[in-house]
Amino acid sequence: MKSIAFNPKALAKLVVVTGVAFSGGVFADNFSDEDVQRWQAEYESVLKEGEKIFHGGLKNANTVSCDQCHPNGTNIHPETYPKFQQQLGKVAPMWEMINWCIINPLESDALPADDPRMTALQVYITHERRGVELIPGKH
Amino acid sequence: MSEINRRNFLKKGGALFAAGALPVSMIDVAMGGTGEDDFTFAYISDSHITHIKGNKFVNNWDHGLKRAVAETNLMDPKPDFVFYGGDIAQLGKPEEIDHGLEILSGLHGKTHYVMGEHDYYVDLGDYWKKQLGPDYYSFDHKGVHFVVLNSILTHEAWMHKKWDSGMDRMLQMARLDNPEGSPFMVGDAQREWLSKDLEKISKETPVIVFSHSPLQKIYKGWNFWTDDAEEVQALLKPFNKVTVLYGHVHQIQYNQIGNISFHAVMATAWPWPYPSSYSQVESHMPKLTIPMNRADPFFERDATGWQFMNVHTGNVDIEYLLPNNQNRKVSFDEKSGHPIDETFQAVANQITPQKHY
Repeated sequence: MKSIAFNPKALAKLVVVTGVAFSGGVFADNFSDEDVQRWQAEYESVLKEGEKIFHGGLKNANTVSCDQCHPNGTNIHPETYPKFQQQLGKVAPMWEMINWCIINPLESDALPADDPRMTALQVYITHERRGVELIPGKH
Repeated sequence: MSEINRRNFLKKGGALFAAGALPVSMIDVAMGGTGEDDFTFAYISDSHITHIKGNKFVNNWDHGLKRAVAETNLMDPKPDFVFYGGDIAQLGKPEEIDHGLEILSGLHGKTHYVMGEHDYYVDLGDYWKKQLGPDYYSFDHKGVHFVVLNSILTHEAWMHKKWDSGMDRMLQMARLDNPEGSPFMVGDAQREWLSKDLEKISKETPVIVFSHSPLQKIYKGWNFWTDDAEEVQALLKPFNKVTVLYGHVHQIQYNQIGNISFHAVMATAWPWPYPSSYSQVESHMPKLTIPMNRADPFFERDATGWQFMNVHTGNVDIEYLLPNNQNRKVSFDEKSGHPIDETFQAVANQITPQKHY
């Protein structure tokens, strides 16, 4: 077996490369205007999907849709979540209340928290409250 | 209505009330003098009966209407007639109108109907009219002139644009927050008819107008709005006592514009948020209106309730009996010349659930 000899030059190179990487030269989280546009477009496509699902796109059997009680996402108050939901008897995030609506007035099955449709619904609801101050816990 | 009769009514109402919400309005017309011409009528509105398929309908909305019919029949004194304020159906389908009318057929006595946009836009009201007759008319009853208007018409260009189908047009108008929608209006033909209809009426005669949309401008984006509201108001201006009763908004609203008192009736189906809660736009809620409590979604009949409407002396007083909420009374205040809530009108008296945001 070949013995490992200490090589000061190689160590110096490693230190330089590592230093460059951590200072942003090689792996830096750099992004361009094109990136921002792409991310915004991704967001907007999910927003559009959320608007569709909110307005009857869930295809639940009884045909009742979210907008029937919440035009423009009103009276949901995403800025107040998580909050103590007295009817559930606990502090709950918004998606749990969305599922309550899906199960009860919409008479359908709950969506998993990470279901893309649940994400889209939250995007639409939150977007319609953009600019409103965050006030978690408020009733 | 005499005080004794009212107490009886309240007593019975209280007994029923224990069982749940009572989505019906009671209107009490007292003509003054001997009281011989006093009468009452009931008001039910916005049931949004929804057909799923076959013999399946959305149970929640059926329950609201069934309850209203049952409780109207128990009213004491017995109402002379009932008004239905529009939106029997959700999508104007014959199945929905027929199912709604079948439930309403349980009412004792005559029922008058107002056209709602959910009854209209699939076939421009053909089936509704075939079943119920004209969508605008007037009649006199014990000294009061009643007028019914179809206030949910819109621009011809929108109505007759190239739709894939009548249902496509219906779905567009059925979405309350549709940016591609179109504003409601009464239109030239009905305003011309109304002008002639009112020519023969004494200016002292109390006039009660029924429309589906508010004949005032609150928020255009949800059609809490009638585009030619000012023109209709101008026709009503010469009369001493005018009351406009409307549906569509699914909430407590009241206002006074000149000689005209405005009162919304609640829906039997579900309540709607106040437009001021949509943070992205401006709206013009009547400053007089003290909102109803924010609805509890876990109580499916919340934000509905009894409304007595007393038109003695030609001005309207309303009593709201609300489930799980403190009851309210909105009376016409002679001094200020408009309705006020007897408990909550002062800002200092308003309670947290009335704060919508």
